[in-house]
Amino acid sequence: MATDTRGLTTRPAVRVRDLHRSFNRNGGVLNGLDLDIAPGEFVALIGRSGTGKSTLLRALAGLDRDVDGHGRIEVPASVSVVFQDSRLLPWKRLLDNVVFGLRGADAADRGRQALAEVGLAGRERAWPFELSGGEQQRASLARSLVREPQLLLADEPFGALDALTRIRMHTLLRRLCEAHQPAVLLVTHDVDEAIVLADRVILLDAGVVHTDVRVELTRRSRSDAEFAALRTFLLDRLGLDEENH
Amino acid sequence: MTATVHADEVTVTGPERPGDDVRVVRRRLGPGNRIRFSFWIGPALALAVWSAGSAAGLIKPAILSAPWDVAVAFQDQWVNHDLLGNILSSLRRSVVGLTLGVTTGAVLAVVSGLSRGGESLIDGPIQIKRSIPTLALIPLFIAWFGIGEQMKIITIALISLVPIYIHTHNGLRGIDGKYAELAETIGIGRGEFVRHVVLPGALPGFLLGMRFAVTSSLLGLVVVEQYNATHGIGHMITLAEQYGQTDVIVVGLVIYGVFGYCADSAVRLTGRKVLAWRRTLEG
Repeated sequence: MATDTRGLTTRPAVRVRDLHRSFNRNGGVLNGLDLDIAPGEFVALIGRSGTGKSTLLRALAGLDRDVDGHGRIEVPASVSVVFQDSRLLPWKRLLDNVVFGLRGADAADRGRQALAEVGLAGRERAWPFELSGGEQQRASLARSLVREPQLLLADEPFGALDALTRIRMHTLLRRLCEAHQPAVLLVTHDVDEAIVLADRVILLDAGVVHTDVRVELTRRSRSDAEFAALRTFLLDRLGLDEENH
Repeated sequence: MTATVHADEVTVTGPERPGDDVRVVRRRLGPGNRIRFSFWIGPALALAVWSAGSAAGLIKPAILSAPWDVAVAFQDQWVNHDLLGNILSSLRRSVVGLTLGVTTGAVLAVVSGLSRGGESLIDGPIQIKRSIPTLALIPLFIAWFGIGEQMKIITIALISLVPIYIHTHNGLRGIDGKYAELAETIGIGRGEFVRHVVLPGALPGFLLGMRFAVTSSLLGLVVVEQYNATHGIGHMITLAEQYGQTDVIVVGLVIYGVFGYCADSAVRLTGRKVLAWRRTLEG
């Protein structure tokens, strides 16, 4: 990826320094975390449950006003969040959901184009309940991308989807990110998903970055030997043996 | 029986023979498909029972006039006693009072639902007011506003305000917090949040409140029209009471009933149209 050189020459899209967050007095969820994400860089965040993945993402999204903590966070002006559930407003038709809050006379046209990009052309007038889970999540991707965010935050966006739909969504997300070039922070519990999608995989443990690896695969195929080696390495770092997985 | 035939790239699924459609169907637990004109079946049946009872002599005219006698009385009132004028002035009272009450109730519900300060100012007094029957306040209102139109409209407004407030507030607070979170990430202002998230989300509650408010406003109408009215359906009933005209009283009651029924139907039909986004047992 060309992001290596860009990452060195320009300001990072995301800069986090010494970030602390805690939900009670006993112990922090994030304990002095540092993180840089270059513009256009796709970072996957993995880690066991309770290691602070979602806490970090919510801090970057500015959704943690009730959580104690301190530290420095710099994010771009335009940030968009994709949640695990699609969060389409049930009382708005699909196109109105996609352009919700969008300004400008061409908003509807941009919304239509975004829906076409995620393969939902012609469904503009559908109610959210008429869509399958995968379609709803594609619509929520369209809602994020139509805003041309400089940073896309995704919190296990495919967690509720079946395996087949998930693979299709991976291809779609990869293509969309190459087209729109936002910096991406994807929280996932799925190591394969992280390797397939990301330029960089970060493993969180005890509220700090434990492992930070660049994914430099020639082929992003699960059957590839390099892929398997990286998966084994990451699972090992997660504290899991390949046999147990 | 169904058969699946794999022939190169074609998959055919369907009954083996026409008319041999064997399937496993679960017993339906919801109300099922709509019945045409279902709305009118109940009232029509009630009218039929009333007619049959009167024709057979089971219902004495002194107890309840026969439907045809009521029809004659209706015609007499229409031609000789300005029934249309009475209907219109009653309608005017309830529409003005209802509009006032619904608007105030909805605004108060939104303010109290969205701000803790508003809630602490508004919610308590309304809950207290709720436990005092509005009709018991009429003597006080007469002292404050006199016995004219003002007192009547304020009573109707107050009586319809409460159900609108309660149900809209309840509907608003029931909106899933994750939609508010989404709105925050999208970066919209309070106004847009209210318009696109709060109002549509509270609409089912508001419409339920509306059904109660409509019938409450008619109840208020019946009562306030007993006080010094010079026109209106209540006035007509009061006069008929003095002259012992049961048929005219029934004319008035039927008109009140038709008002209420039409208003309730209108609210329900509106609800079905504007809540098309919901997948419920309503269908």
